[in-house]
Amino acid sequence: MLEIRDLHVSVDGNEILKGISLRVNKGEVHAIMGPNGSGKSTLAKVLAGHPAYEVTKGEVLYEGKNLLTMAPDERARDGVFMAFQYPIEVPGVSNAQFLRLAYNERRKHLGEEELDPLEFKDLLKERAKVVEMDASFMSRSVNEGFSGGEKKRNEILQMAVLQPKLAILDETDSGLDIDALRVVAAGVNQLHNPENAVILVTHYQRLLNYIVPDFIHVLAAGQIAKEGGKELALELEAKGYDWLKSSPSEQTTAQAR
Amino acid sequence: MVSQLIKSESKYESAFRSLNNASKGRQPGWFERLRQRAMDSFVQLGFPTVEQEEWKYTNLAPLAKLDFDPIILSSTKIGPETLQPFSYPESVNCQLVLINGVLQSKLSSLSEQNQVVALELSEAVVRERYGDVVRKHLAGGADYCASGPTALNTAFISSGAFVLIPRNVKLDVPLQILCLSDPVGREMVTFPRLLVVLEENSSATIIETYASTTGSQYFTNGVVEIVLKDEARLEHYRVQREGVEAFHVATTTVELGRCSSYNTTSVTLGAKLSRHDINVVLDHEGAECRVDGLYIVSTGQHADTHSVIDHRQAHCTSRQLYKGILDGNSRAVFNGKVFVRHGAQKTDAMQTNKNLLLSPEAHVDTKPQLEIYADDVKCAHGAAVGQIDEEELFYLETRGIHSDLGRNLLTYGFAEEVIGKISVDSIRLQLDEAVLHRLNARLEA
Repeated sequence: MLEIRDLHVSVDGNEILKGISLRVNKGEVHAIMGPNGSGKSTLAKVLAGHPAYEVTKGEVLYEGKNLLTMAPDERARDGVFMAFQYPIEVPGVSNAQFLRLAYNERRKHLGEEELDPLEFKDLLKERAKVVEMDASFMSRSVNEGFSGGEKKRNEILQMAVLQPKLAILDETDSGLDIDALRVVAAGVNQLHNPENAVILVTHYQRLLNYIVPDFIHVLAAGQIAKEGGKELALELEAKGYDWLKSSPSEQTTAQAR
Repeated sequence: MVSQLIKSESKYESAFRSLNNASKGRQPGWFERLRQRAMDSFVQLGFPTVEQEEWKYTNLAPLAKLDFDPIILSSTKIGPETLQPFSYPESVNCQLVLINGVLQSKLSSLSEQNQVVALELSEAVVRERYGDVVRKHLAGGADYCASGPTALNTAFISSGAFVLIPRNVKLDVPLQILCLSDPVGREMVTFPRLLVVLEENSSATIIETYASTTGSQYFTNGVVEIVLKDEARLEHYRVQREGVEAFHVATTTVELGRCSSYNTTSVTLGAKLSRHDINVVLDHEGAECRVDGLYIVSTGQHADTHSVIDHRQAHCTSRQLYKGILDGNSRAVFNGKVFVRHGAQKTDAMQTNKNLLLSPEAHVDTKPQLEIYADDVKCAHGAAVGQIDEEELFYLETRGIHSDLGRNLLTYGFAEEVIGKISVDSIRLQLDEAVLHRLNARLEA
């Protein structure tokens, strides 16, 4: 589904990602971990198409297409979704209006008929159960006045409505208390199926207790320092990230052997 | 240039003389003297220039140079069907129509059950019952000694409207006062003048609309004076959608009685050059006001708002939120003064001006000012100028929304803070469309 080959990315002339290669197949859950500044959020934003990041080398194929030449909205309509670490408030536009707009954009792209507000209301009611969201959130402006946890839940609600093929969750666990984390994780698990893929970007192992990844990739200084299965998370939890920082290239080499 | 200026002024003077001749002996002495003093004042003041602090950013020189024909008394061929696009369904049977500044009783419709008094000003001054009220308040708020345009309008007071909401009357449908310009012959100047008095414990919603039948060049020189007696409540909308080539220079003054409440939203969409002065005086305890505005301008437009909110007595509250959306090479000015006079303790005043620039060529000059002479008050003010936030736009794009539509949504969201408070549905819808229209125009450009 997604193939990243030797991806180099700069922002304002500083190279953040220094050659990332990654393959994500449908049905898989991947976790991207790493210390602050390792480039994991950059990777998420580049995949979503953030304009501030410049790809200087490498390529990204999404279902065989060159993802990097697609505008962010094209990517979204084609099934790429990113849950934001800091979701944006959109005053004056209700959550329901916004979701219907986004949903219909995707429907149009798929050549399906748009839903009118009433039809959409039913769909929204159904999908909102995934994140246990109250109907009162639907008439409120998008994220306006939402608590941190509510914003994150709203991101997963958007995911539930849009049903992406590739969902990238950027630090969705940050700032969540344990109950909210459980709700969010349960939502993601419900939405995950053999036809889609999830990339979790996270600093902590905690989230991975709830959403169990098939693969873990650890980033350090813009490169993949270590890769492995879900057990790698426990090792990181025990040892921290410091042992990776010292010589990432060495670690990669060691692993390659 | 100087000779042209004199020429145009003499044109005003000759029109003034013909108005005098037409009404000679039919109007009370005080009224004739008021108009004469105003004319003298205009001759002395002329149109303001950019050398004057209050007009620093708005240059009326092109207007002063033009040879406008004053329209003082005119019949109209306009029929009700022409008014339809400018009318609000909420105000059926509750509409006053002024064509070129002249109240048209045949086009106006005011159901008697509404109990609203509406008269031509020149008639109100001779009515025994209303003459004194008019005399007391006409030119009481709008100072013709300080402003050339106000002086000019005052000199030509004749066929504007006097509106009175009697004591204890609660008007439950919005009264629309439609000031329609129907340019006749060559470039004309009109002088719409309104005096609105809400007596004790009355309440009303008034929609004041400025519009034009054509896009040609003309000049609207308006003055509206509003008086709220004790415990009166007014919801006031001012929608300025003049033609694209129009000059619009107008002043609104409001006097608030004890425990009265005045909420207003001024919307500026039209005119090539517009200037609106709004002065609210809180001279009785317990008065409160909300003075909001929204200006949406694009290429070729200049919109200037000068506001004064004057807290003269204790225990009054004022809230002001003006928002601007500027596209193309448009310019806007916001100058807002809040005075808290000596003794106006427990004043609670807040003023905000926010501007959204949609184009690198757009320009805004904003100057909120707070002058406080009392020591136990709660006051705040602020101004902001910004562009569409790229992070916000990116967020919308990642949800499959095209960047143009995303900008549209964010602009809409910006305006919504003002639009959302409007209680008349059709105005709100009209503004929603205006926001969308602007952005569609932008997409096509």
